[in-house]
Amino acid sequence: MDSPAVEIVDLVKRYGGTTAVDGLSFRAGRGAVTAVLGPNGAGKTSTVEICEGFRKADGGTVKVLGLAPARPELRARVGVMLQAGGVPPAMRCAEWLRLVSRFYARPLDAGALLERLGLTGHARTPYRRLSGGQQQRLSLAAAVIGRPELVFLDEPTAGLDPQARHACWDLVGELRAAGVSVVLTTHHMDEAERLADHVVIIDRGRVVSEGSPASLTGAERQLRFRARPGLALEELLNALPVGSAAKESPAGHYIIEGQVGPELLATVTAWCAAEGVTADDLRIERRTLEDVFLELTGRELR
Amino acid sequence: MTALDLTPAPGAAPFPRMVLAQAGAEIRAMLRNGEQLLLTLIIPVLLLTGFSLAPLIDVGAGPRVDFLTPGVLALAVMSTAFTGQAIATGFERRYGVLKRLGATPLTRGGLMMAKTAAVVGVEVIQAAVIVAVGLALGWRPQGSFLSAAVLIVLGTAAFSGLGLLMAGTLRAEATLAGANLVYLVLLGAGGVVFPLTKFPESVRPVLEALPISALTGGLRAVLAEGAALPLVPVAVLAAWAVLSLALVSRTFRWE
Repeated sequence: MDSPAVEIVDLVKRYGGTTAVDGLSFRAGRGAVTAVLGPNGAGKTSTVEICEGFRKADGGTVKVLGLAPARPELRARVGVMLQAGGVPPAMRCAEWLRLVSRFYARPLDAGALLERLGLTGHARTPYRRLSGGQQQRLSLAAAVIGRPELVFLDEPTAGLDPQARHACWDLVGELRAAGVSVVLTTHHMDEAERLADHVVIIDRGRVVSEGSPASLTGAERQLRFRARPGLALEELLNALPVGSAAKESPAGHYIIEGQVGPELLATVTAWCAAEGVTADDLRIERRTLEDVFLELTGRELR
Repeated sequence: MTALDLTPAPGAAPFPRMVLAQAGAEIRAMLRNGEQLLLTLIIPVLLLTGFSLAPLIDVGAGPRVDFLTPGVLALAVMSTAFTGQAIATGFERRYGVLKRLGATPLTRGGLMMAKTAAVVGVEVIQAAVIVAVGLALGWRPQGSFLSAAVLIVLGTAAFSGLGLLMAGTLRAEATLAGANLVYLVLLGAGGVVFPLTKFPESVRPVLEALPISALTGGLRAVLAEGAALPLVPVAVLAAWAVLSLALVSRTFRWE
């Protein structure tokens, strides 16, 4: 039980001339939720599908529960939710879940799982007539029904409405509480911040940063407000303590970083008064993973 | 809200239970699919009754039903093992079903066993219906049931190999079109309802080497003429089976 849930060292994956995964390394701990965060095309799905045994790596090593991903004994120990599809279109919702449950020795009750994910009313609906969100939830159910030690969820909440997304988040929380290791990919930073013990930020096939959500966003806080665009920030900067920073991004949205406290707040509001502007939506908050990602890659997450 | 015990308790089900579960799902899918039923049951039964009752073709001496029933049994085998299986498996590949099943404890070997069991299960249903219709039309079968069964098993292996060869290499739409086209061509040129003797002498050796002709000819030799196990059809079917299944194992793409 000492080996990590997933251990990836210098992974490389190429498709023809394109390098999708370019020397990527990270570990996912046992019993923890690890979120692999990155924009579309960052190499998330390639990485996860190599861990699931669907694709072969072109370089580097991958260990899943201490074993090579292709090892057959992993099939019973690892649950998989594909990004899309995987179910025959004419198969009824409950029929699919019962079928998958018969492949495992001690499965969860299919009916209870359907109920838990709000699918009881659709038990007899063929897969192709389920909404995108219902299809996602059925795939999630099939990933956990065999009571796995480790679950891979590839963009589990893509296309879910807010209510279904919360149901999914709750289930991930329960899996973690039950000691299941979870590795999920997402391009929603709020999902990673909310669910994950460990976040791995990847871009262009490489890890650009990793850590707990708190360590990534840092203790540093920001002051944000909205006002008319094009305010002259130089004067404000002169009034602020040395080491502070002020920027307008995007137009009309101002971010002040530094020793955010009562004094800084007073300086900023005084400056606003002098400029004759009202600061809307004035708030003090932490950096988000989105900010971190932007700083690390110079690109928007979505 | 129901409490779910998500505590890890991993483990694969016993192999036979997995295969049976998958085979049951495959049989239900085949029987539920309207187009499949058309191919596997309705067309064979219509051909058998239509051509038995109406003197549209010259099938030589003897009652027409004695000639037609073995041919239609062969057609039924082809429709399930080849056409139906090729189309279903091609779309399973396209929809990621084969990939997703690959992430469960059901092994690829187990999946193939389940598919074979499902094909045989549906063939049993087809044979029961066709034999009943044939008997009702006055068919009097000769020969050994065992010899017919051997031919049907070999035919199933050969047609499954050809069907999976298409499903595992072509796009699903190409498999759909191709499998239906091959079905039609072999229905016309494989001795199912039209005797091979109606074709020009020059093309007959080619037609006789087709798996469908080997199966119709073999079944007819046994069931209409009471022959012992006919060795040429057995050899032709075995050759198709070995060749196609060997190619499948080298070329089949699961994704």
